Amino acid sequence: MIKNISNLGDAALYCDFGNEVNKSINSQVIKYFKTIKKKKFEGINNLTPSYNKLIISYDLKKTNFKEVKNYVENINAQDSKDINSKKLEIPVCCHENFSMDIKRLEEILKLSREKILENFLNKEYFCYMTGFIAGMPFLGDLDENMRAQRLETPRVKVPKGSVALTEQFANIYTFESPGGWNILGNTPLDVFDSSKEDKPNLINPGDTVIFKEITLDQYKNYNE
Amino acid sequence: MSSNYLDIIRPGINTTFQDKGRDHLYHIGIPFSGAMDNRNYLIANKLVNNNLESAVIEFAYQGPHIKYSGEKINFAVTGDVIFSIKKKDTEIEGKCYESYQIENGDEINVISTNKSVYGYLALGGEFDLKFQWNSCSINTKANIGSNDGKKLDVGQRINLKKINSNKDIKKTNYINTKIENIRVIKGTNFDYFSEEGKKIFYEKEFTVSKLSDRMGMRLEGPKIDNIVNTNIKSEGLIKGVIQVPADGNPIIMLSDHGTIGGYPKIGVVASVDYDRLVQMSPGSKIKFKDINLSDAETLFKLYEMETQNLLSQI
Repeated sequence: MIKNISNLGDAALYCDFGNEVNKSINSQVIKYFKTIKKKKFEGINNLTPSYNKLIISYDLKKTNFKEVKNYVENINAQDSKDINSKKLEIPVCCHENFSMDIKRLEEILKLSREKILENFLNKEYFCYMTGFIAGMPFLGDLDENMRAQRLETPRVKVPKGSVALTEQFANIYTFESPGGWNILGNTPLDVFDSSKEDKPNLINPGDTVIFKEITLDQYKNYNE
Repeated sequence: MSSNYLDIIRPGINTTFQDKGRDHLYHIGIPFSGAMDNRNYLIANKLVNNNLESAVIEFAYQGPHIKYSGEKINFAVTGDVIFSIKKKDTEIEGKCYESYQIENGDEINVISTNKSVYGYLALGGEFDLKFQWNSCSINTKANIGSNDGKKLDVGQRINLKKINSNKDIKKTNYINTKIENIRVIKGTNFDYFSEEGKKIFYEKEFTVSKLSDRMGMRLEGPKIDNIVNTNIKSEGLIKGVIQVPADGNPIIMLSDHGTIGGYPKIGVVASVDYDRLVQMSPGSKIKFKDINLSDAETLFKLYEMETQNLLSQI
């Protein structure tokens, strides 16, 4: 449930669902997100669900904080049962060509490469949100013994398709971008495709993702 | 083949097509984009008898040098911009906020913006551009929009698919006002900062850094001290949000910003000041002034009325 609604500037509502990061709070956020998105309230022009917040942006020429707040307070999001989620398998190649931070992870986590992969692969991760860069999924939760901090100095360029870890989360760099997460492998899948306007994201909030290992040869042949 | 087109002799530093931008996409990681200075964008279109939501060429600092081929067409430049028009044997200095007619072989040379950042070049017609999510605005970071999401390049040819039949010459006396203070509404993490930090934020001057672009404006100045946590759990951002990372230097999110961020938000720029904020060039001094929500809403309404009034007089 929304614990508090405040304003973020003069053109957005900041809906606070709590401070913890877990599936149950995030599912509430996603329920509200999907309900409001479907209802198309005049003036609301963007919605950003995240772990435990929902930001609702609106066009100040058409509406204002008071109207949107009143609208959101009277929504019954519990009624939207269908959160319409998918389960997806993502192929990932963890060959040394791609796993740029495996040495660092071995040191920080005090685990062998084999153990790290065993802990990471073939498990279900929940997509809490997408964004930062277009289509990037924030997936969780990693096992307790798999949690590493960001790089002290972020890379200027992280290759497209990089599968990377930080704290309890994994993500996929949908295109080349700066970034500071620990890179473990690379997927040949296009996780974001701007030519598919109605469905550019392969992974959406609420989806479940399982990483399956592929060999370097399989990786190379994947898109042929 | 189109018979009316532009050839790019020199693209300028950061020249893109922009329109009103695209909405309803934050949740997948795509920001609004669109013209940075919305008022100047609208005026540019109005001066050439365009639909107000038409695509224009936006440039920053140095603009493009283009050669036009085709039947007669009007164009106008808005912002605070130095440019010239070259016809057969003559070259004249252009004036912003006036439309001009050019014909086959004429050139427009946008030399630079003057103590500002963005300027707009509108042609009286419609560029032949690809739309993504109802907008041709170029987002160079995600390579979204027209021109494959890339800024304009030397040697490119840009076709026009339509030329306005209304070729009335128009003019307005608009002057871009500068403001000393940028008004901000307290952010959701305002209390993460020390009393001293909050005082610095409102009382000291900050300098716009060279590392500013369509994504964000970085500021340099006295450090703003955080006493709670220099990170928050990542959450949504909107344009105008002022984040303060661990180094204490504020960053203001602009139209092409990342949609999610994990730094505390000290404030959000009031919508009324956004068009003027983006025009502050590197080296400019910024001071922030506290404003409450209801004053911000009222001032925006007045600003919007003023914009509509300006447009109706053209």
